[in-house]
Amino acid sequence: MTELAAHPPTPHAHDAHHATATGISNEKMVMWAFLGSECLLFGALISTYLLYRHKSVSGPTPHSLYDIPFTSVSSFVLLMSSLSMALAVAAIQRGDHRRLRVWLSTTALLGSIFIGGQIYEFTSFIRRGMTIKTNVTSGAFFVLTGFHGVHVTLGIIMLLSLVNLSIRGRIPQSKAEVIEIAGLYWHFVDIVWIIIFTVVYLIP
Amino acid sequence: MSEPTMTDAEIESDEELAVEAALEARKHHPPDSVYILIALGLAVLTAVEVGLYYLKASTETALVLLVLMALKFSIVVGFFMHLRFDSPVLRRLFVTGLILAVTIYTIILLMFGIFHF
Repeated sequence: MTELAAHPPTPHAHDAHHATATGISNEKMVMWAFLGSECLLFGALISTYLLYRHKSVSGPTPHSLYDIPFTSVSSFVLLMSSLSMALAVAAIQRGDHRRLRVWLSTTALLGSIFIGGQIYEFTSFIRRGMTIKTNVTSGAFFVLTGFHGVHVTLGIIMLLSLVNLSIRGRIPQSKAEVIEIAGLYWHFVDIVWIIIFTVVYLIP
Repeated sequence: MSEPTMTDAEIESDEELAVEAALEARKHHPPDSVYILIALGLAVLTAVEVGLYYLKASTETALVLLVLMALKFSIVVGFFMHLRFDSPVLRRLFVTGLILAVTIYTIILLMFGIFHF
């Protein structure tokens, strides 16, 4: 207690309005803790894929079916959605609601293009004889990339909800942190794809 | 017993503080032009990665790809997620989860002998 009084927490300027012991809002802290735990979840899925990637005894494997130029474009689209998300956060911090809606909608659109690409890729793999049940490699591949796709889809729903709230005037500049927290989730989904793209697709 | 409620003046003052905090955050975060440059850098790194994929597969190429991946990861986390500019508490929270994940899964993968050097 005395120590706390002697060394009071030094809140960061932008978090100063939150009365917490760390000076960071509980919502932001929870999001970072959640993302830390998500590292473990995706770590498990990526490791499972790595363990099983050369263990299939029948049927085509993901590596024999990859369309790298197509996936590269998808990766580029997701990377650019991180840029539009960062610009959305900057817009609300300035109090520019019109730009906030433009950038949030752009992010949702880019995310939807990425998901469309993933659906196309999955469909093409299934047509060429690789389903989730074909072999252990394909199973691990579909679970990993499917889980990521679900995360992106949830992110798109969240972004569209935020656009809707903003149109109804429910996200004033004073609630800029809400957009920042949503942005953290979106960027996390992007960094997970950065790892998947390299480890799963590019490294043979 | 009724719970204490905030007066209009208190709510207004709280909102003013929040707006001030948002503007202050903007000052600490990079300008839009920097975000655009970072995105261009990330696009170039992705192009280099794809280029490397078409080179002959080797351990060296795989290592370079992993380094580029780590670089892209740190750029997004540091700049887009503002971890460079935010409280060190958040940095510790995320990095702890990350180190824990990398350590655990590296040990598991080593145990199963998936790395061939």
